[in-house]
Amino acid sequence: MVTIILFAPLIGALICGFGWRFIGEFGGQVITTGLLFLAAILSWIVFLTPTTATEHIVLLRWIESGSLSTEWGIRLDRLTEIMLVVVTTVSALVHLYSFGYMAHDDNWKHEEHYKARFFAYLSFFTFTMLMLVTSDNLVQMFFGWEGVGVASYLLIGFYYKKPSANAAAIKAFVVNRVGDFGFALGIFALYFLTDSIRFDDVFAAAPALQSTEVSFLWTNWNAANLVGVLLFIGAMGKSAQLFLHTWLPDAMEGPTPVSALIHAATMVTAGVFLVCRMSPLLEYAPDAKQMIVIIGATTAFFAATVGLVQNDIKRVIAYSTCSQLGYMFVAAGCGVYSVAMFHLFTHAFFKAMLFLGAGSVIHAMHHEQDMRNYGGLRRKIPLTFTAMLIGTLAITGVGIPLTEIGFAGFLSKDAVIEVAFAGNSYAFILLVLAAFMTSFYSWRLMFLTFFGKPRGDHHAYDHAHESPKTMLIPLGVLALGAVFSGMIWYNSFFGEEEKLRAWFGVEAAQHEAAAAEGTEAEAAVTTPTEAAPPSETAVEAAPEADATHAASPAVAGAAPQGAIFIGPDNHMIHEAHQAPKWVKLSPFIAMLLGLGLAIQFYILRPELPGRLAAQQRPLYLFFLNKWYFDEIYDFLFVRPAKALGAFLWKRGDGNVIDGTLNGVAMGVIPMLTRLAGRVQSGYIFTYAFAMVLGIGALITWMTLGGAH
Amino acid sequence: MDNLLSIITFIPAVAALILAVFLRGDDAAANRNAKWLALLATTATFLVSLFVLTGFDPANTGFQFVEQRPWILGLQYKMGVDGISVLFVMLTTFLMPITIAACWGVETRVKEYMIAFLMLETLMLGVFCALDLVLFYLFFEAGLIPMFLIIGIWGGKDRIYAAFKFFLYTFFGSVLMLVAMIAMYYDAGTTDIATLLTHDFAHETITLAGFQIIGGLQTLLFLAFFASFAVKMPMWPVHTWLPDAHVQAPTAGSVVLAAILLKMGGYGFLRFSLPMFPVGADLLTPLVFWMSAIAIVYTSLVALVQQDMKKLIAYSSVAHMGYVTMGIFAANQQGVDGAIFQMISHGFISGALFLCVGVIYDRMHTRDIDAYGGLVVRMPAYAFVFMFFTMANVGLPGTSGFVGEFLTLMGIFQVNTWVAAVATSGVILSASYALWLYRRVVFGDLIKGALKTIADLSGRERAIFAPLVVMTLLLGVYPSLVTDIIGPSVGALVTDYHAAIPVDAAAQVAME
Repeated sequence: MVTIILFAPLIGALICGFGWRFIGEFGGQVITTGLLFLAAILSWIVFLTPTTATEHIVLLRWIESGSLSTEWGIRLDRLTEIMLVVVTTVSALVHLYSFGYMAHDDNWKHEEHYKARFFAYLSFFTFTMLMLVTSDNLVQMFFGWEGVGVASYLLIGFYYKKPSANAAAIKAFVVNRVGDFGFALGIFALYFLTDSIRFDDVFAAAPALQSTEVSFLWTNWNAANLVGVLLFIGAMGKSAQLFLHTWLPDAMEGPTPVSALIHAATMVTAGVFLVCRMSPLLEYAPDAKQMIVIIGATTAFFAATVGLVQNDIKRVIAYSTCSQLGYMFVAAGCGVYSVAMFHLFTHAFFKAMLFLGAGSVIHAMHHEQDMRNYGGLRRKIPLTFTAMLIGTLAITGVGIPLTEIGFAGFLSKDAVIEVAFAGNSYAFILLVLAAFMTSFYSWRLMFLTFFGKPRGDHHAYDHAHESPKTMLIPLGVLALGAVFSGMIWYNSFFGEEEKLRAWFGVEAAQHEAAAAEGTEAEAAVTTPTEAAPPSETAVEAAPEADATHAASPAVAGAAPQGAIFIGPDNHMIHEAHQAPKWVKLSPFIAMLLGLGLAIQFYILRPELPGRLAAQQRPLYLFFLNKWYFDEIYDFLFVRPAKALGAFLWKRGDGNVIDGTLNGVAMGVIPMLTRLAGRVQSGYIFTYAFAMVLGIGALITWMTLGGAH
Repeated sequence: MDNLLSIITFIPAVAALILAVFLRGDDAAANRNAKWLALLATTATFLVSLFVLTGFDPANTGFQFVEQRPWILGLQYKMGVDGISVLFVMLTTFLMPITIAACWGVETRVKEYMIAFLMLETLMLGVFCALDLVLFYLFFEAGLIPMFLIIGIWGGKDRIYAAFKFFLYTFFGSVLMLVAMIAMYYDAGTTDIATLLTHDFAHETITLAGFQIIGGLQTLLFLAFFASFAVKMPMWPVHTWLPDAHVQAPTAGSVVLAAILLKMGGYGFLRFSLPMFPVGADLLTPLVFWMSAIAIVYTSLVALVQQDMKKLIAYSSVAHMGYVTMGIFAANQQGVDGAIFQMISHGFISGALFLCVGVIYDRMHTRDIDAYGGLVVRMPAYAFVFMFFTMANVGLPGTSGFVGEFLTLMGIFQVNTWVAAVATSGVILSASYALWLYRRVVFGDLIKGALKTIADLSGRERAIFAPLVVMTLLLGVYPSLVTDIIGPSVGALVTDYHAAIPVDAAAQVAME
């Protein structure tokens, strides 16, 4: 069944992409969408049927070399199931939505066909994303990882005639490659250390990594931390965390359905998924976890500040996504992977909905995206307004405090903040501040768009119209998710620890079991190495790793059961539940403050924002220009790379290498050239003949010389 | 069929002979006949070579299909293939019909052109099959001549300069190799490669002109061979002949040059340098590592600022060959497997990229990137093919480009993490220059007047690209097709190599 889910989008993409000339564009659209809905329904069936143990399905051999052996395969556990549901549901709805959204597009001339291409890309993206989440080893995950990167590149650059879209597409791909650089090194390091890239083998070896030193670049590292950090660099790229976030806002150049699917609900959460997937390893890598928390919290704060002042409706939501991803990382870094997944899950619904709602607004306003030109739209497009309102209530976290009743974001975001309180006070403070800002910019978006008087082009306002049903139905479905997904699954993700463990397939009463298992595994893997003299260098880590690998089949239960792993000393869930009342109330209060301030600024006294911006001009510009990251990177990396390239080419290749080599040995070239230039080029045969003679002479000399 | 390899090797030569002797006239009919005969001969070669592939036993790490008979001047004629060379033979026979089909549009001196390519194929196959030093040298050097002619006669404006540069660089390397071969004969008393592989060349430290040379004769021999193969590869800093040669060469010439000729260097390392002079190789491994790592970063940066499409792809080729040398000298299973895989895969991908340039060069007669833009509007099929190979070139998983890069990096990581990290940064740079090229040529709006009537891929062009797309995808999804064949031979090579290094062995003992 999972195989069908996995390949349905690929088949759709191929039929639509290559066959649309035969079945028509509309046929292609219907087929891709139909297959996606099939995949979505099957995913929900898989998700709702009780899981037993982790399932492994091998499809085909892949890269094999020596002890390295990789397969195309599927790993089916709770984590995979959650992602399956998220990916296929949002993707199916976005496909449907695109029927309406892409029906007319001013970027294309009348006779140009673009719809089939768009749907094929969407389906192709879905396929690669599913490959990523179902993978049973790191290399296949890397396939999905880069595959979604390509799909994202193609979709961001979908309007290939626009220079800005092309630039954004390349930027997205290249910045992601920076992350992939870390990811790849992480994979190499893991293979070096554990002799395998299969999840189960790696997980089994994880406890031993904690006590292994490995030399990497200039110094020795703790193996588990090193791998954790390298893999997290990959996650930073894909999930647009601080320092590697610059591509995400630019990615809004793509059509809005793309932003909803790829840059809000699915692809950008791949980093969080990776961190959760690697939980059995990260539980032994405290420094890497610390780094994840710091980066996540800082990103959440940073992106929120930038979101405060953006005017493009999509960019506001993009920065909001960036910020929410930071929340997820904080939860994961604190060791409560289930809460990270919970926020990922609910966020997928309400953020996709916000984007699709924004798309509906943009659609209504004839592709105007500047919020300063909106205003008063709630009467024109009431259904879209309702949907956006639900999305805003969800993202800002509206609910009844101290209960489990509220919109999706209320439950998941508050859970994250409680976890942060238990884990790291720096993160806790930043996240509460970010919650305040989230509330402010979300309501700012609502008020600017739907309230007040129309500020922009009256023509556009007068012709603003509600979107077709194909666009409204997806909004409705996602609204259900935004309202209820938090309440329904709260207990599964963040309820009693026993239930939570059961839901993720982690054996109940695992506290003791895990501990026992851990030590057992540790004993098993360390015993063979103890025979070797104590070693701390990289060269010697290899046999140690071999021993680990050899030992792992013997210890059958060495790889921890279940989709996530909670270390024996990890009592974060319990501690988070014990958080005092004021902590549980703090995000709610932050939300109310943000709402109040937004009302003050954009409803009661609309002249205030301008005055404040003028007063605090440096700060305003700092936020508006996104902390100048683009400018700094351009100065630090892009220009030097080009300058260096030009320098190496002209000076290195031209003057130094050619100059030296030509000067000494090749001084004859100009002479020969002149010689050759004088005669007709046909005479080059003569030279060739001379060469043959020369070689003949050399060989003769050699054979005669060698004869005695 | 105990002379199968000779049959494959000399079918093209026989066809060339027929062309030279029997084909008269210079009219359209004669030209057409020449092309068809060449296509027929190269296709026949490929079909016959399939027998080698099917009859090859991967588990046997020795030489197979061996032919041995006396030859002139007391020399011997000996041919054979093992797991390391057999796929290069297949790569050559597979790509040559495509190459011939790619020069269908040539109108000047068609007969000679075809003869040059046919001879070139014979000589290249000879290099990969030869099991005797003299024979190898003959094929290796003679292969220069047709390529020299292809660039010098059918090339672009500065073809003479490029042809001579190409010739002198490679010839200079070869002279040293020749000297080394003579020394090898004196040391081992035979020119039989199979015997030389088992011969233990002297590696006691010697003093030469006041210099102490650690590793002695082996180091010297290694250096001499290295000079030749490094130029062929080409490795930084002796790579500068390649961009010039590519720019001036006609499309089909570039394809052969990038796809097959460059692989002779890598093959040479695997056949001679590593197994015959392990002590010398081990000593100089750090040098090779850094040359490779620098090559990857340096040439990628240079590629970033190119204005000429062919130059850009040529520099990208040098960078990709950096992964190969790095993988070979990592001297472990993943590294060497990856290096061979990368060479095979690069044969398809770089060949296809040069064909992509050729397609629009045929139409617009310029390789200047700025002369293009917005081609996707009128050439969707072309845009797809070019995108596919661009992605393969940057090593997208699922294409063959990924497997080679990934394995070589995995191999090097186990040996030297600095080199691995520097080389891995190449994936960032390659994405930059490749996508930047693609964007400027294919994306954007089509506004340049000259491009308004440009036509999409013709049936012939589609037929040329189709097999390359299939192979790139097939090897990317199911690389075992290659690794199953090369694996055992590579395993034996790596094991023997490490066994032959006294220092290394001592370290291993100490470690245990």
